[in-house]
Amino acid sequence: MAFELPALPYDYGTLEPHVDSQTMLIHHTKHHQAYVNNLNAALDKFPELKDLGLVEINKVVGTDKLPGDVATTIRNNGGGHYNHTFFWKVMTNPSNTNGPSGAVKEAIEAAFGSVDEMKAKFNAAAAGRFGSGWAWLGVKEDGSLAITSTPNQDNPLMASLPDSTPMVPILGLDVWEHAYYLKYQNRRPEYIAAWWNVVNWEQVASNFDAAKTGAVLL
Amino acid sequence: MALSMKIQASSLIAGQRRVRPMTGRRAVVIKAALELKAPPYALDALEPHMSKQTLEFHWGKHHRAYVDNMNKQIAGTPLDGKSLEEVVLASWNGGSPTPVFNNAAQVWNHTFFWESMKPNGGGAPTGKLAEAIVRDFGSFEKFKEEFKSAGLTQFGSGWAWLNADKSGQLSLSKTPNAVTPVVEGKTPILTVDVWEHAYYIDVQNRRPDYLTTFIEKLINWDVVAERYAAAQK
Repeated sequence: MAFELPALPYDYGTLEPHVDSQTMLIHHTKHHQAYVNNLNAALDKFPELKDLGLVEINKVVGTDKLPGDVATTIRNNGGGHYNHTFFWKVMTNPSNTNGPSGAVKEAIEAAFGSVDEMKAKFNAAAAGRFGSGWAWLGVKEDGSLAITSTPNQDNPLMASLPDSTPMVPILGLDVWEHAYYLKYQNRRPEYIAAWWNVVNWEQVASNFDAAKTGAVLL
Repeated sequence: MALSMKIQASSLIAGQRRVRPMTGRRAVVIKAALELKAPPYALDALEPHMSKQTLEFHWGKHHRAYVDNMNKQIAGTPLDGKSLEEVVLASWNGGSPTPVFNNAAQVWNHTFFWESMKPNGGGAPTGKLAEAIVRDFGSFEKFKEEFKSAGLTQFGSGWAWLNADKSGQLSLSKTPNAVTPVVEGKTPILTVDVWEHAYYIDVQNRRPDYLTTFIEKLINWDVVAERYAAAQK
């Protein structure tokens, strides 16, 4: 059972004008596909790891469950496959987005004061991640919400990595340059600001509900 | 006593000018900010191998921002007025880099990168450098493969480097983000930028194609040879 590239939940042009269709096409069919291919190749010799499933594979990054010679490849490509699968789902048609409501909105207000204050912190994490990486909003082990950023294709599921803030992600933003360069070039803050227009708050709420029970939706 | 101004042209890499009025009566030091140095060719001169649009963003926006941000960070601090190399080494802080490092090192790295290329570049080195490549890599073809591989396997953002030590021994290395072999006590003689911003406009995800083009069409082997000779002094 090899991992497969999941279909996008919408067309390549659905997120326009905020995320352009050419970026979505290359990002999905080239970058994400490469992570899937590389992950499958690395796991070929380790069928018992393949059987763990994608979430568990990410959780054991940094532990001795991953054999030394493939540990880095699995971190990079298992991380990349999870991150992008997660990412496509937390975005949606800009006409569908209304902002958070219900339990997740209350949790955001409890942790950050307001939705706007949460966004400001998230924007800072996304803009401040030097080099390649991701910004995340997630549920910590104590049930509270927090914001963090990770380098390269790491994510907060990788609790055993040093300097990690272990969380179940409920919202994430790719700030690798490939995520925005064709439309925004060096203007990462502009990309971050525009991206809020395509956030799928229903998915965020589902991710939150699951995370509160300790589950990781994929 | 009339104030006389001494303009000190510092290292070629920094393009830095320090303007210091010399007077016996009162030592007033005016520090000019470190400058963005232009590449040694027009922004369209590397076409079709590296587009003008890429240079306009890469040099005009990314490199410029590193310079501006570094200057803002060091203004009024003890690093103000130091050479770029001094700022890079000081901010590296023995491996616990300060916030200045990312900007300062990227200023250095990018100038070194522009100067590693030329219009109608590529081809092959000659003389002592060519001999050393054969000695240390087996062949020029093998060197090209390994240099390309270093660039391909630097995951995320970073750089690939060819370095020389005082005895003329060559080695390859790769570094993440802003890290530079200079802080590792090495002497680089060639680099290629593998941050996605270096190639995304021209070839998008196809980093292998970018590296092949860099190697075959852009390397300024004359400059690399000069750096190689200088490394052994």
